Amino acid sequence: MLAEKQAPQQPPELAVSRSSDGALLLRLSGAWQLHAEIPPTADVHRALESSPPPQRISFDTQQLTAWDSALLTFLSKISEICSAKKITIDRAGLPSGVQRLLALAEAVPERAGARQKTEKLSWLARVGTGFLNLREPVEEMLAFVGDLAIVFGRLLRGRARFRRSDLMLLIQQTGAEALGIITLISFLVGLILAFVGAVQLQQFGAAIYVADLVGIAMVREMGAMMTGIVMAGRTGAAFAAQLGSMKVNQETDALVTMGISPLEFLVLPRVIALCLMMPLLCLYSDLLGILGGMAVGVSMLKLPLLIYYNQTTQAVGIPDLVGGVFKASVYGVLIAISGCLRGMQCGNSSSAVGEAATSAVVTGIVFIITACGIFSVVFYVLGI
Amino acid sequence: MSSGSETAGNVPQTDGQAESAAPTDAKAHITVRDLTMAFGSFVLMHDLNFTIQHGDVFIIMGGSGCGKSTLLRHLIGLIEPAKGEIWYGTENFTRADPARRQRMLQRFGVLYQSGALWSSMTLAENIGLPLGEYTDLKPVEIREVASLKLALVGLKGFEDFYPSQISGGMQKRAGLARAMALDPEVLFFDEPSAGLDPISSKLLDDLILELRDSLGSTIVVVTHELASIFAIGSNSMFLDVETRTMSALGPPKELVHSDNANVRRFLTRGEENGAAGRPHG
Repeated sequence: MLAEKQAPQQPPELAVSRSSDGALLLRLSGAWQLHAEIPPTADVHRALESSPPPQRISFDTQQLTAWDSALLTFLSKISEICSAKKITIDRAGLPSGVQRLLALAEAVPERAGARQKTEKLSWLARVGTGFLNLREPVEEMLAFVGDLAIVFGRLLRGRARFRRSDLMLLIQQTGAEALGIITLISFLVGLILAFVGAVQLQQFGAAIYVADLVGIAMVREMGAMMTGIVMAGRTGAAFAAQLGSMKVNQETDALVTMGISPLEFLVLPRVIALCLMMPLLCLYSDLLGILGGMAVGVSMLKLPLLIYYNQTTQAVGIPDLVGGVFKASVYGVLIAISGCLRGMQCGNSSSAVGEAATSAVVTGIVFIITACGIFSVVFYVLGI
Repeated sequence: MSSGSETAGNVPQTDGQAESAAPTDAKAHITVRDLTMAFGSFVLMHDLNFTIQHGDVFIIMGGSGCGKSTLLRHLIGLIEPAKGEIWYGTENFTRADPARRQRMLQRFGVLYQSGALWSSMTLAENIGLPLGEYTDLKPVEIREVASLKLALVGLKGFEDFYPSQISGGMQKRAGLARAMALDPEVLFFDEPSAGLDPISSKLLDDLILELRDSLGSTIVVVTHELASIFAIGSNSMFLDVETRTMSALGPPKELVHSDNANVRRFLTRGEENGAAGRPHG
């Protein structure tokens, strides 16, 4: 700041002495800079406590070679102590730049209430407030679902307004463009299931039942669930981020002031696109999973392709398939709702967009797994 | 200007509060009565009363964080007032039912601070969207109107650009073209010169005046750009962050001689009496 930086710099040093008239003299020497180790204010503090208490502090900076904010922080700490003890500070001995900056820092007094107070609550109070705060998000979610139902009603009467081209684009993004990742995940899940089954079933010489295992598992559960989880991570997050950044950028406000409901214009096409694509993606995932199992069956277990195929078609019935696809449609609705809800709830900063996307994925996956559990119980009770 | 204490109207009430009577001044376009803006228990501004006349360029000014933009968001219905009412002509905007409010919204044009163009649409589609929603124009005609609006703001030939492909100043002008799409009766501007160089900012000011003169629109501008305030403002209000209410109402050129020291200081960049300058030790 003042003196040019030269290496090696003298380390900052502080000498405290009492002058004859009872004033405290602080002699600063060396380079008082942020990268150096600044002497603690404890020495000064101790000197101020001593009796008789000094009336005045003055400074000697003849030996000061360089200074920056480190010196300013040190001095403002001292002046805080002094103003509390009503000791006058004589700043005449300081470099003129330091004097001006200190005056500038003190020019505007601290605004009352500017410092944020954090109240310490007992754990019981915290649990209580936490529980009471649960209510709001649930209410918001219910309100969102309700609004969405109204918008759907308008859609059925042919009065919902959104751009067909947006819907087509979303269908492409949530459907066709997801095929790659669904292919990979489903094939591998089928493969893994086959390996798990093969080890056990071979012990009984019943390796052919790998086909049943993979087929039923994929079609009834895993196809829908894996598609759901992949889409929650891929599309749910994308929905939340898209809607969230539109909100940050005031694009949602622009829609509202045009008299266009963002729910109709932005959320509805996304929900429709995902509801249409999830069942199709689920069927595709079922197929790929069975192919994965078949790859293990044919190559490792040496089962003939036709026998494996026949075994699968016997094991998997139409009700299994319908059940799986139905689950996928429900997961689709859940993913779309959680993604869009988190996007619409997004705050007004870029970090809020990230939080919205994270929250959308978490909410989506929690919903899917919960629904999956409920379906398992219901399907078992109904004997499907 | 009619006062808010007239006998209550006989419009059916939706809640317990009595509704004040419709403004009687035929020239009053926007009437704000006893408006209080609050977030929860925190009151941002209270008891705002002002009238904006037809054809005014009305400036809402005040220091940073005083609630200028929030007042604008109240005026366009994005935030509901904690107390008070907003009237457009003789229609109560605050108490209008959703269908009626939507009809009123169609007569507004808003230019947001960042332009707020819909990023997934081209400029022509941005401008065409409100036209498609509220008119019976054919797609070809919509495209023609969109081109005209873009030409008006100096963006001829940019119809098929996406917002991300053009500069910030151009986005702002395209946002203005969209705000003008339906030939609105009221145009709202949120910090129009923020982020613009002095020349672009001057051009935008000229455009605002031109729109007022040619379309006859009423214009409401939120800004703290002094040059703009004096160049375009025909009337203005000052939101005082210290008293949490409006402390002056009148044409900016007259407010320079206001009795209120905060207003004077704002309009003279604090140079008038030096009180705003920071002391140097």
